[in-house]
Amino acid sequence: MSQNAEKITDLKTALYDFHVSVGGKMVPFAGYQMPVQYPEGIMKEHLHVRANAGIFDVSHMGQFSIYGTEEEYLPLEKIVPIDLKSLNNNQSKYTVLMNKDGGIDDDLIVTKIEGGLNIVLNAACKHHDIKRIHEVIDPSKTKLHEDLSLIAIQGPKAVEILNNIIPGVSALTFMNGSKFKFNNEDIYVTRSGYTGEDGFEVSIKNSLAEKFCKTLLDDHNVKLIGLGARDSLRLEAGLCLYGHDLDTKTTPVEASLTWALSKKNKEEGNFLGASIVKDQIKNGALKKRVGIKPEKTIAREGSKVFKGDKEIGVVTSGGFGPSVNGPVAMGYVLKEFSNEGEDLELEVRGKRHAAKIFKMPFYKKSYVK
Amino acid sequence: MAEKKYSKKHEWVELDGDTATIGITKHATEQLGDIVFTEVPDKGKTFEAGGEAAVVESVKAASDVYSPIAGEVTESNEAIVSDPSLVNQDPEGNGWFFKVKVTNPEQVNELMSKDDYDKFVTENA
Repeated sequence: MSQNAEKITDLKTALYDFHVSVGGKMVPFAGYQMPVQYPEGIMKEHLHVRANAGIFDVSHMGQFSIYGTEEEYLPLEKIVPIDLKSLNNNQSKYTVLMNKDGGIDDDLIVTKIEGGLNIVLNAACKHHDIKRIHEVIDPSKTKLHEDLSLIAIQGPKAVEILNNIIPGVSALTFMNGSKFKFNNEDIYVTRSGYTGEDGFEVSIKNSLAEKFCKTLLDDHNVKLIGLGARDSLRLEAGLCLYGHDLDTKTTPVEASLTWALSKKNKEEGNFLGASIVKDQIKNGALKKRVGIKPEKTIAREGSKVFKGDKEIGVVTSGGFGPSVNGPVAMGYVLKEFSNEGEDLELEVRGKRHAAKIFKMPFYKKSYVK
Repeated sequence: MAEKKYSKKHEWVELDGDTATIGITKHATEQLGDIVFTEVPDKGKTFEAGGEAAVVESVKAASDVYSPIAGEVTESNEAIVSDPSLVNQDPEGNGWFFKVKVTNPEQVNELMSKDDYDKFVTENA
């Protein structure tokens, strides 16, 4: 969570020196020094991912595992409302970590592996999340993998390029993973991402991270991409950024993420905050997360949303969408004004600007099913 | 036409008689990256020296552009509103922001020369 972000801002990923050596502009992010962009800049990086392929260092995220039998990891469902029994080996699911008020402590990806679960946690939340998980799972059965880097390769050419280096990854379907080898060492690859493009996330030993990136970069269609373009790509794809679009006070129903909770768990209601979530599913929540398309003006996070004189919501992420070639935003509005096409106004620098509710994504994705 | 003068907030001013043309420096555009939106002041608007005058936005963030000199707006550059990338292409030429009829031409002497500005940028890098 942003409010619990670590005060230290000098943590470095295994690729730090590499980023600096290729001209990465390093900025503090969630306690780490991360590249916000490389010399070509956010716009070119963004468009490159949409047309070719880009590499993202996302090693600041928490790679966490629970090892044990089904019986031992099933208590996770008390705080993470997905049907773990229904997950096949190597299948991933996007879901949330719930708190007692029905709010979201983090959004995360859970993957069923042989002998347990892998979970990817947001960097700023990871230590808090682990504390929460240890309330329901024996800590001796868990591990935060600080020895592993996480590298995403995203874009329409990602599959061809990665398959040349790691033969077989092209057979993975969206939200499925498998073990592979690189340099005779185990790596774990999932077909997933945060850009709205087809792509992969590769969990690899820190000591091999730079070699892996350099091998990918031998293909001239691959470029390194910073956090700046990662943000504009995910916003165009309509994906949430924790601490901005999601927080501890926002429920999955309000966040339009009820799909991230399994049907069985919603029906049984055996997770933290379930009574609030079930009530909102039945009776509706007051506010709802929506896409907002400003007509001309860029509306950033915090911009107020109006309908006539009535303040009806707030922008939680907003900026310029390079592939949309215009401003894009998401935010929360009162439910009665959340229908697609609804005319609204956004307040930017004290003036009102026209906008409409837009059905996300702003940019059509090309995930491989 | 007089030589350009520079502000610590990375604007440039070019004084011609009592009219000053104002824009942002090449260094500022390099820091901002790709400019995707600009807002320029309406004709007739008046500023004190250092007043908020215009807005420039890159993919990442919005920044204010200040008028380094007091005056009344006589003209704004609509070309950078319809094509904000002009500011990146030619920041100290066709990418100008607005012109003011200056209240006190002497104010321009309080700004930095090109050499002093370059030194200022290097020292604050």
